[in-house]
Amino acid sequence: MTRINQLKAAGRVLGLFALVLALLGALAGKCVYASEFKVGMVLDKGGKEDKSFNNAAYDGFKHAKAELKITGKVIEASDDNSYEPLLRAMASRDFDLIIAIGFAQAEAVKRVSKAYPSKHFVIVDAEVEAPNVRTLMFREHEGSFLVGALAALVSHTGKIGFIGGMDGPLIRRFEMGYIAGAKYINPRVKVISNFVGVSVDAWNNPAKGKELAIAQYSEGGDIIFGAAGASGNGVFDAAEEEGRLVIGVDSNQNWVKPGHVLTSMLKRVDVAVFDTIRAAQSGQFAGGIFYYGLANSGIDYAMDQYNEALVPKAARARIEELKKAIIDGKIRVPDYYEKK
Amino acid sequence: MSGILKRLLQPFLAVALGLALGLGIAALGGDSAWVILKALLNSAFGSRYDFGMTLFYSAPLVLTGLSVAMGLEAGLFNIGAEGQMGLGALAAAAVGIGFPGVPWPLAPALAVFAAFLAGATWGAIPGWLRAKRGSHEVIITIMMNFIAAGVASYFTLYVFKAPHSQNSETSSVAAAYLIHPFAFFMDAPVSAALLLSLVIAGGTALFFRRTVAGYELRAVGANEMAARFAGIDVGRSQLLALTFAGGIAGLAGIPEVLSASGRFRMGFSPGYGFMGIAVALLGRRRAMGIIAAALLFGALQKGTAYLELDTQHVTRDLSQILQALVILSVSADGLWRWLKNDRL
Repeated sequence: MTRINQLKAAGRVLGLFALVLALLGALAGKCVYASEFKVGMVLDKGGKEDKSFNNAAYDGFKHAKAELKITGKVIEASDDNSYEPLLRAMASRDFDLIIAIGFAQAEAVKRVSKAYPSKHFVIVDAEVEAPNVRTLMFREHEGSFLVGALAALVSHTGKIGFIGGMDGPLIRRFEMGYIAGAKYINPRVKVISNFVGVSVDAWNNPAKGKELAIAQYSEGGDIIFGAAGASGNGVFDAAEEEGRLVIGVDSNQNWVKPGHVLTSMLKRVDVAVFDTIRAAQSGQFAGGIFYYGLANSGIDYAMDQYNEALVPKAARARIEELKKAIIDGKIRVPDYYEKK
Repeated sequence: MSGILKRLLQPFLAVALGLALGLGIAALGGDSAWVILKALLNSAFGSRYDFGMTLFYSAPLVLTGLSVAMGLEAGLFNIGAEGQMGLGALAAAAVGIGFPGVPWPLAPALAVFAAFLAGATWGAIPGWLRAKRGSHEVIITIMMNFIAAGVASYFTLYVFKAPHSQNSETSSVAAAYLIHPFAFFMDAPVSAALLLSLVIAGGTALFFRRTVAGYELRAVGANEMAARFAGIDVGRSQLLALTFAGGIAGLAGIPEVLSASGRFRMGFSPGYGFMGIAVALLGRRRAMGIIAAALLFGALQKGTAYLELDTQHVTRDLSQILQALVILSVSADGLWRWLKNDRL
C-alpha cells in the first residue's frame, strides 16, 4: 500500500518536473524565435533553376539570408491551385513576411492577404491593392529602351530583331520600349518582331526560339533582343551558330555565349526582394506599389568582362547619356501599360 | 467477411509499401521519416481548410478514375481522360460566358450537361474508330489529348480570352453559374460539385449491375469473342463504354470551373486524367474503391504541398517521388501475385 503511494508521489513529482521543463523549453523556444525574422517565398511554376526571373528572386532571398541573418523557406508551387494553400500555410505559421513571385499569384495574394490582415505580403509583377501588401513593379520599358538604343548604335545592317516569349501585356511592354529606343537613335531602323507563342509553354520552347532567331538573322537582322524566358536559350544558340549578336534579359546572361551577347537588360528582382526584406525586418514595411526603374537601379543593363569588347566606347557613353536623360525625366519612354 | 478483407488487403499493403519506400527515400535527405509522415498528414487533414483542399483535389480524381474504370470494364484502356476533362471544362466555361442570362438552378446544370457532352464527344471518336475500324484505343486516346490541348488553347486565347489578363485564361463565367463552396471548409473551394462525383460513382455502379447495356459491356470486357458468340453487339458496347468514359471525364473539370476559379485556366490540371489511371487500378474498378483511392491521391497531392515548408530537406521533387512510388507499388500486379502464390 505505502509502496504504491510512494510510487504515486514520485510520479507526481516527476510529472511536475517535466511540466516545468516543458514550460521552460517553450519559453526558451519563444525567445529564440522572437529575435529571428522569418521570410517565406513562393516561386511560380518556373522554379528556382529558370536562370532568369525566379532565379533572381531566389538570389535575393539567399543574399538576405547571408547578410541579414533572416531564416525562412523558398517553395516551388506544384500546380495552379497550390499557390493559395502555400501562401495560407505560411500565413498561419510563424512567417513574418510572405513573398509571392510572379503575376500568376495575384488572385491568391488578394484572397490570403484579406484572410490574414496582420501578416505582411509582397507580390512581384502584379498590382494587389491592400494595406498589408507591397507590390513590386518594374519599369521594364526603360531598360528595353536602353538596349534598343544600343542595338541601333551597334547594328551594321540597320535591322534588329525582338523575340518575345508569351504574347501578353508584360512582353509587349518590353517590345515597345525596345523599338522606341532603337528609333530614338536611328529613326529609319527596321525592327523585326516575333513572339514564341501565346500560352505559358512559350516561355519554355527553345527550339521555336531558335527557329525564329535564325529567320530574323537571315532576314538581315544582326542583333536580337530575346525576352522569352527559357526559350531565349534557343536565341543564344542561333546567335552563336550564325555568328551574330543577342541581348539577354532579366538576369545577367552575358556569360552564356561570350562574344555573342551584346548586353543583358537587367530586371533586378533580387535587389527589390532584398530591399523589401531589409525594410520589413527593421519594422519599416509599408504597403502600396513600389516601382523599380533605372533611377533606383532596379532596372539596368549589364556591362562586364564578357561584353566590354563588343560595346564601343562612344556607344557606351551615349547610352549612359540616355540613361541619365531618362532618370532626369528628359526622355519619356512609352509605356504599354499606360497605353491600354 | 474474410472475402472483403482479402480484397482490401492488397490495396492497403500496396499503399503502405509505397509510402514506406517513399518515406525511406525522403528520409535519406536528412529528415526523419516520422517527421515527414506527420507533415504529410498535417498538410492533408490538419485543418478544415487543408481537408477541404484534399477533397477539392479528390473530386476530379473520382471522376477520371471512374472514366478509366468504365473503359477497363469493357476491356479498353482510356488514356484520354486528361483531354476529355480539359474539353469538358472548356465547354462548361464557354456556356457560362456565352449564355450569361440563364437563371441560377438551370445555369450550373446546363454547364454540367455541356461538360458531359464535350467529353462524351471526345470519347466517342476513339470509341467509334475502335468499334468500326479496329484502331487501337490507347494510341488514339493519347493523341487526342494533344489535340484537345490545342483546341482548348485556341479557344482560350482567341475566343474567350480575359482582356488585360497576363495569364492564359478565359474571362469569368456569369455569376448564376457558380456553385458556391461550403462554408465549413473555410475558404477551400469544396462545393456541391464534390457530391456530383459521388452521384456519378453511384450511377456507374447501378449501370453495371442493373442494366442490360452495363452487363453486355462487362461481358465484352471479360471475353470479347464469347460475348460476340452470345449475340452481343461488341462494337456498340465499345462505343458506349468510351463515350460514357469521355463524358464522365468531361465532368472532372466542373469543380475547377464552377467553384474554384470561375473560369477556364490553361494548365489547371496537375494531371488528374493520368492519375485517374492509378485511381482506377487501386480502386479495383469498384465505385467505393475508386472513391477511397481518389481520396488517397487527393491527400497525397495536398499532403506533399507543405512538405517543403515543414521539413528541412524535402523538396518538390521528393514529393513527386513519393507519389510515384505509391502508384508504382499499386500497379505492380506481378509482385502481388507472386506474394500471394508464395504465402497466401
